[in-house]
Amino acid sequence: MSTVSTRTAAPHAMDSAITREDVESFLYLEAELLDEWRLDEWQRLLTDDAIYRVPSNDCLDGSPEDSLFIIADDRERIRQRVLRVQNASCHAEWPHSRTQRTITNVRIAKVDGPLIHVAANFVCHRFRRPRRSYQYVGSLRYVLVHTPSGLLIRERHVRLASHELGELGSVSFIL
Amino acid sequence: MTERRPYIVDDPARGVFRLNREVLVSDEVFRLESERVFGRSWIYVGHASEVPNPGDFRARIVAGRPVIFCRSDAGDIRCFLNTCRHRGATVCREASGNARRFHCLYHGWAYGNDGHLAVVPGENAYPESFARGELGLRAPARFECYRDFWFMCLDETAPALIDYLGEAAFYIDLVVDQSPSGRMQVIQGTQEYDVRANWKLMVENSVDDYHLPSTHATWLTYMANSGVDVRPKLDQGLVLPARGGAIDLGNGHFSTDNVNYRGRPVASWIPLYGELAKAEIADIKSELVARLGEERAARVAGTNRNLVIFPNLVINDGSSVTIRTFYPTAPDRMQVTAWALGPVEESASARARRLDSFLTFYGPGGFATPDDVEALEMVQQGLSNWTDDPWSEMSRGMGKPANEQLNSDEHHLRTFWRRWNTLMEAS
Repeated sequence: MSTVSTRTAAPHAMDSAITREDVESFLYLEAELLDEWRLDEWQRLLTDDAIYRVPSNDCLDGSPEDSLFIIADDRERIRQRVLRVQNASCHAEWPHSRTQRTITNVRIAKVDGPLIHVAANFVCHRFRRPRRSYQYVGSLRYVLVHTPSGLLIRERHVRLASHELGELGSVSFIL
Repeated sequence: MTERRPYIVDDPARGVFRLNREVLVSDEVFRLESERVFGRSWIYVGHASEVPNPGDFRARIVAGRPVIFCRSDAGDIRCFLNTCRHRGATVCREASGNARRFHCLYHGWAYGNDGHLAVVPGENAYPESFARGELGLRAPARFECYRDFWFMCLDETAPALIDYLGEAAFYIDLVVDQSPSGRMQVIQGTQEYDVRANWKLMVENSVDDYHLPSTHATWLTYMANSGVDVRPKLDQGLVLPARGGAIDLGNGHFSTDNVNYRGRPVASWIPLYGELAKAEIADIKSELVARLGEERAARVAGTNRNLVIFPNLVINDGSSVTIRTFYPTAPDRMQVTAWALGPVEESASARARRLDSFLTFYGPGGFATPDDVEALEMVQQGLSNWTDDPWSEMSRGMGKPANEQLNSDEHHLRTFWRRWNTLMEAS
């Protein structure tokens, strides 16, 4: 298993431009941490006001204030979600699912001062015993913050391409 | 031929209630249920608020049948089988929208949103016997509504919906009473997910509070972390943090009826809602008291209830209000649809709180539902041993008077199985 021991995604100073390669490295690091269930390290990629959202499949452009989402976490809810999925009593994820993510089509949509709006596509394969496999396909929308110590995630929006969750069942892990 | 095992063994005198596990795995039972349970019961179709304007439609599968739930140009709510009278294709292929006509893509027949056959390309080639007026979209035999909840029934001889609901109507009223105008609405955003388990396990799971401490240990931890007292009242003989009853409502319907400890957007504050929410929740409570009186306001705001309308409609009035329905696609598989419901006049802040509270517990990304799904799928896997371990034990609480049956007993589950058994044993 490969390891990434340090956060080296954005070694640049604040005033140097972030490149797509920087963003790609950052997203690959995040995918690796999630796939390896290194969720405490993953949380260190988040700002203190980070949000994580998965809208319902039939309402991708809604707001969690007026639409039913699948996940609409603020930073505290993310912290509690991580506590939950790390607990052996989180039956849906114990033993942990094995996941393998592929991140593609990465592009910087907009740079607004220190804020970098990023879009990407993903495929996340999830496997559980016995013989269960799920294929989550969709797009990612991030708002990243360029800080002196590197990139951080302020907003993380996951949009599923399927018309309904259907055979995907649950989103019981960090998608 | 040997006599088959009964579906249930129900012997109150001996305190025995056992369920034949075959009913959760059998293809034959699955086939019979389609006719004897889903073909004879009132089945939830949709809520009036989902089709507010003339021409609005929702195409959905109701108990395995593709239907169109719509509002006609005349303003009436209608339900049609989504099947062309010509060759049988579905005539509405979008999940929702607004249409004056439903067009069959195959040969171009088109129907009005009142169901009448409006267009037949090349109609002059049909013989004189062709009865266009009789070829409107088929409707289910019965289609009736209670407080904006619309149900269909495929059995022409079924009792009226209001009689079918019977005492369960009271529990629907308690939910609708959240709204000052008596009007609730389905909120946009639909959760649709499959579970690899028999549908009847979802019925049980929706009201079985016995499973909560074990299945939902992490949700209880989360609530405790947020400042809610979730310690079970063991000195009162309870496995749960508050007392709750199990109510048999007749006709196979049943509900839990629990003293609330877990917070309610309408209207019991918990720390999760934040200090800023206190004043608004107090206002909501005051409105309830002024409109309904102290006693009923306490019922609406201070209890949470999981209601099952036989066979497959669940209305959970707990951390939020959910409408959940599900139907089997195989003995070991079901498709679940869940919506959030709220008062039409709710403020933006109260609506946001309701939706946030929903996600703390319910749904595919909630802190509880995924563990329910896991539990049901584990049951289904374990049931593969049904021939060698053929009975499920369901006697919890048996022998106590009805008014002492707890939500953590299995009285309400037995209510379901007795009704199910009666329908299945009828030929």
